[in-house]
Amino acid sequence: MKLLLSMFAYPFIVRAFAVGALVSLCAALLGVPLVLKRYSMIGDGLSHVSFGALAVAVACGFAPLYFSIPVVVLAAFFLLRIAENHRVSADAAIAVLSASALAIGIIVTSLTTGMTTDVDSYMFGSILAMDRTDVVLSVTLAAAVLVLFIWFYHALFAVTFDESFSRATGVRVGRYKTLLSLLTALTVVLGMRMMGAMLISSLIIFPALSAMRVFRSFRAVVFCAGTLSVVCFCLGLTASYLLSTPVGASVVLCDLAAFLICCVIGRK
Amino acid sequence: MENRILLSCRDASLGYENEPLLEHLSFSVAPGDYVCVVGENGSGKSTLLKSLLGLLRPLAGEIDCPAQRAMELGYLPQQTAAQRDFPATVEEVVLSGFLNARTHRFFYTAAQRSAALMHMGKLGVLELRRRCYRELSGGQQQRVLLCRALCAAKELLILDEPVTGLDPAAAQDLYKTLRYLNEQEHLAILMVTHDMPAALREAKNILHVGKGSWFYGTVAEYLASPVGKRFGGERR
Repeated sequence: MKLLLSMFAYPFIVRAFAVGALVSLCAALLGVPLVLKRYSMIGDGLSHVSFGALAVAVACGFAPLYFSIPVVVLAAFFLLRIAENHRVSADAAIAVLSASALAIGIIVTSLTTGMTTDVDSYMFGSILAMDRTDVVLSVTLAAAVLVLFIWFYHALFAVTFDESFSRATGVRVGRYKTLLSLLTALTVVLGMRMMGAMLISSLIIFPALSAMRVFRSFRAVVFCAGTLSVVCFCLGLTASYLLSTPVGASVVLCDLAAFLICCVIGRK
Repeated sequence: MENRILLSCRDASLGYENEPLLEHLSFSVAPGDYVCVVGENGSGKSTLLKSLLGLLRPLAGEIDCPAQRAMELGYLPQQTAAQRDFPATVEEVVLSGFLNARTHRFFYTAAQRSAALMHMGKLGVLELRRRCYRELSGGQQQRVLLCRALCAAKELLILDEPVTGLDPAAAQDLYKTLRYLNEQEHLAILMVTHDMPAALREAKNILHVGKGSWFYGTVAEYLASPVGKRFGGERR
């Protein structure tokens, strides 16, 4: 217990808690419609793109967040277009794009700074990544994601459940999908440096999957996914502090444990 | 009042990228009509439906749907794979029918909630309202989706092959419900279907679409027409 309290004596851990809890909440909420619409791959693709963007930003000396946010937002629109276009096979196209972005990121880094611990921390996350301005920006954006999600909750439900019906009754489906990809892009960029490019997509997918095992109404699934995600993040961060393991991986393992528990509960 | 038109097609050519599937199509739907759209696979039924719903622009001519502009159009689409394992209660699905471009609020109004309950009662799914959509039978799911369409529709209901995947009893049930809505509630119905006997039995008018040609008229006119004799006759 004393050990737990001493943890909060470090300002960087407090910052990590604040940003991480908000980002995992956002990711879990957005994850529900994304998983249901079979867009899970988009989250994964976005994280690879944001790795590439981050690597380029560092190599060129741009501020990482200000550079990667627009790039990832653009990529999100593009990925959504690919996913909607049934003529090309969407999953293959997304895989190609994410691998290319990753490759660009690696080449740029190795040509400039070389494969340093920086790259390692982009890939697998680092708790030290957050400075004060990042925290302010992250909290603001995360709050915006939350407000927009709550505000458009019913529309997102309708569009997720049945696009053609919504379109026929005059809901502007394209607008909501754009909103969804925009919010996802922001969440991925914000969460990526703590969770790591390789692991951030699990924050989007796991809570939704776990909640869907247990609950049967959309609202309950959304609530459960959000709660589960925040709880798992806090547990993961604590575990990573106590055992000196990387944050991202610890959180993912907590999510995995929660998923397995949910599977067992859902069986009954 | 009765001269009002809910949906009209004037000399419209429909299709993709300058390859019209249907040309010079003209017909209209008025309150209380019951139209079945029939035709072989690939004859342009889904293209027609998309155009009527405003999802696809006609290549030429004009399609006007005052019912859609007035937000009085309900639509029962074909089910998608994603819906089959969707975690949502029946009530959540039905209420989502009230959503359209005009209204936006976080809570549904009391009037909307009671209207939803009324529709659910009418279609016999009221006791299912707390159940999960994915656990219902095909027939029940179709009823739930019909309820949602009713929440959106006051005047015109468009259905896309509603009996696909239903067993015969559930299909008959659905037809009975539609007839009730049409006769008692004066709801205009436009239904795309492969079920020819049912179309001839239930509908007042038939729109037959075939490659490049089309026919629109009452059931009796259709059966007397060359295309109707060929297509409707052999199926009987």
